[in-house]
Amino acid sequence: MKVLTDANVGETVKVKSNDAEESLKERLLALGVTNGAHIEVLRKGPKNNLTVYRIRGAMIALRKEESGFIEIV
Amino acid sequence: MDLGLTAQSSKLSSMTDVFDIEKQDNQYVVALAGNPNTGKSTVFNYLTGLKQHTGNWPGKTVVSARGEYSHNGKNYVMIDLPGSYSLFTSSKDEEVSRDFLNLGNYDLAVVVCDATCLERNLNLVFQVSELAEKVILCINLIDEAKKKNISINKEGLEKELNIPVVLTSARSGKGMDELKKNIEEEVALVENKHKSLVKYNDEIEEKVREITVCLDKMNILNTRWTALRLLDSSTEIFSLEKEGHLNKMQSEQIKSSFGLQNENDVREKISEENYDYANLLKQKYVAEDIKKINIDKKIDDIITSRFFGMPIMLVMLGLVFWITIQGANIPSRILSDILFGFQFKLSQWFIDMGIPEFIRGIVIDGAYRTLAWVVSVMLPPMAIFFPLFTLLEDLGYLPRVAFNLDHYFKKSCAHGKQSLCMCMGLGCNAAGVVGCRIIDSPRERLIAVLTNNFMPCNGRFPTLIAISSAFFAVTASSFLNGLIPALFVTLMVLVGIWLTLMTSYILSKTLLKGVPSTFTLELTPYRMPQFGRILYTSVIDRTVFVLSRAAVIAIPAGAVTWILANVYTGDLSLLVRAASFLDQFAKIFGLDGIILMAFMVGIPANEIVLPVMLMAYLSTGTLTEYESVGFLRDILLQNGWTPLTALNVMLFSLLHWPCSTTLWTIKKETGSIKWTAASLFIPTAAAFAVCFVTASLYRLLF
Repeated sequence: MKVLTDANVGETVKVKSNDAEESLKERLLALGVTNGAHIEVLRKGPKNNLTVYRIRGAMIALRKEESGFIEIV
Repeated sequence: MDLGLTAQSSKLSSMTDVFDIEKQDNQYVVALAGNPNTGKSTVFNYLTGLKQHTGNWPGKTVVSARGEYSHNGKNYVMIDLPGSYSLFTSSKDEEVSRDFLNLGNYDLAVVVCDATCLERNLNLVFQVSELAEKVILCINLIDEAKKKNISINKEGLEKELNIPVVLTSARSGKGMDELKKNIEEEVALVENKHKSLVKYNDEIEEKVREITVCLDKMNILNTRWTALRLLDSSTEIFSLEKEGHLNKMQSEQIKSSFGLQNENDVREKISEENYDYANLLKQKYVAEDIKKINIDKKIDDIITSRFFGMPIMLVMLGLVFWITIQGANIPSRILSDILFGFQFKLSQWFIDMGIPEFIRGIVIDGAYRTLAWVVSVMLPPMAIFFPLFTLLEDLGYLPRVAFNLDHYFKKSCAHGKQSLCMCMGLGCNAAGVVGCRIIDSPRERLIAVLTNNFMPCNGRFPTLIAISSAFFAVTASSFLNGLIPALFVTLMVLVGIWLTLMTSYILSKTLLKGVPSTFTLELTPYRMPQFGRILYTSVIDRTVFVLSRAAVIAIPAGAVTWILANVYTGDLSLLVRAASFLDQFAKIFGLDGIILMAFMVGIPANEIVLPVMLMAYLSTGTLTEYESVGFLRDILLQNGWTPLTALNVMLFSLLHWPCSTTLWTIKKETGSIKWTAASLFIPTAAAFAVCFVTASLYRLLF
């Protein structure tokens, strides 16, 4: 199983499923992390903590704790 | 299917009218919704003429604002709802928006969208369209879109969605007349048909149809929305009761009789279909230029890079303080010349009019002098710092600060957005505390509230500047003398940040146990700041507001201090008695009685701490020549200040108890006496502890 955390900078990946729960899931859905959405990996931040993604045209930073819930193909 | 609920719904006794906006007969209520950071507040300000504070980061509008305007003889009440990405999530702000759009008595909803990020914004438009009877799509920031070579086919969108679409640039006023015209036309329409913009898959639509039949019998108003939410939400969203709306019990009954389960799966499907449609619309009606879109990314490659991110931030912070200090120097001197020159004249008039010396002392040497000090020391740095800070805010720098600092906050088990609240705290801690609402998790919000005071607000850093300039900027080089206070203030802010992180960590392990909650941060696009508006809001709104609050307190505080200094019992004045009472205790912390007293008197406003301190020193000392440049240094030295005293006063000012306005705000935000007391106790303990350590070290070394 490949998750968003594994994607490399510069890659554009497609969401297979969003396995987060409750409020995080709602928040990710609100930001457009829905099945089939395209996500571009823009940059890794300091200490490999945050990564910036382009999601639905916006730049969103996620921690690896969050991006690990997003299964990609 | 008849559930026998019709009778019950008419018996509803408790009504929710908090969302009913008071309006006159010929007034229309317009709700303004939108994603965070779409220029919604700018649209609101443009229409209503109110200068609500806006900034380039998500979550700025934490409370909905109300404003009014007239157009062609009709009056409109605008309600600015908190920015939200969606109406489904459990964040406080988004709940307010959802409940207002569901229960409020508005006539029309205007959804403000960011033209440079239409796909994401359309999701909210669709959600609002399921609730509001009339919707206008206002695509704002069209000038930013133009700069990025994004073009939007307005006619195409309008035709496809069958709602009015207006392209605007609220900051320049472009398209705003058309928006007003569209609002006028829409509210006048008699037809009140919901125009839900998204059709879902057959399975969902079939269920919606079945439930709608049932809801119709119960005279429920927003049947489609209610049916959809019965399918995809928990019954919590029906907690508020109002006639014509489903209540929680009814919703539970319907859910069980229809056998509705798996809300989360339905929600996911609905979100997916919403976004698929948004994506389709974007592909059909928006043309982009990928090269231009990547400009922000390129800037961010530097600003938020692993290597330069932190140094750039520190330099930026130091630079802001350096400009503030350098710029404030001359105006400060001019102001003090004028104000103290006037004091002399005022004094002369009082003598000529034969006013008793005691009254003259209270009015001039007490009230007026303190006021003059507050104005000349506090006004110039504020008037420079506020615009500079707003500039960074408008540019979109603050989310990058949060980005760069997140890993520290994560380690402290706190929320990454806490740094945004801290940035607001640099302006005013009360504002910072309110700003903590952008943090969803109650535990982390409390941590942010309790530690916000460690950021020196505008009432405090002029004190830091004044003392570090007087005491440490005494080298031969004037360039260095300009740099030293900036370094000191920056250092103080760093100490504040460090203590914030430490305190957050300790709280996370003791009183507020828990692990960091989830975190999503939008790096908003960089934008050209609006210089005119920055000057207006920061000088008129903030500076004058903050200063007048300080002045109102300075006058009585100055008068009382003078009285205390000049009423004698035995051969000692009350002030000297009080100060010497505190002196022994204060000395342990490298301070003195007068300093400690001034900080206590300064509870209503930190701005008056230094002026009161000087008042007290002047009234007991013999120094009368205070126009000279080294005046502050001379008074302080004469009263036994050492470098340790100076350092500890700065540290104490940075860390000590919050001002009364902040405490009151904390009480309001947390709703708890206990946490308000904690927010008073924690900084106070920190201030004494840190000062004790520095004082002990100093004694060991010297």
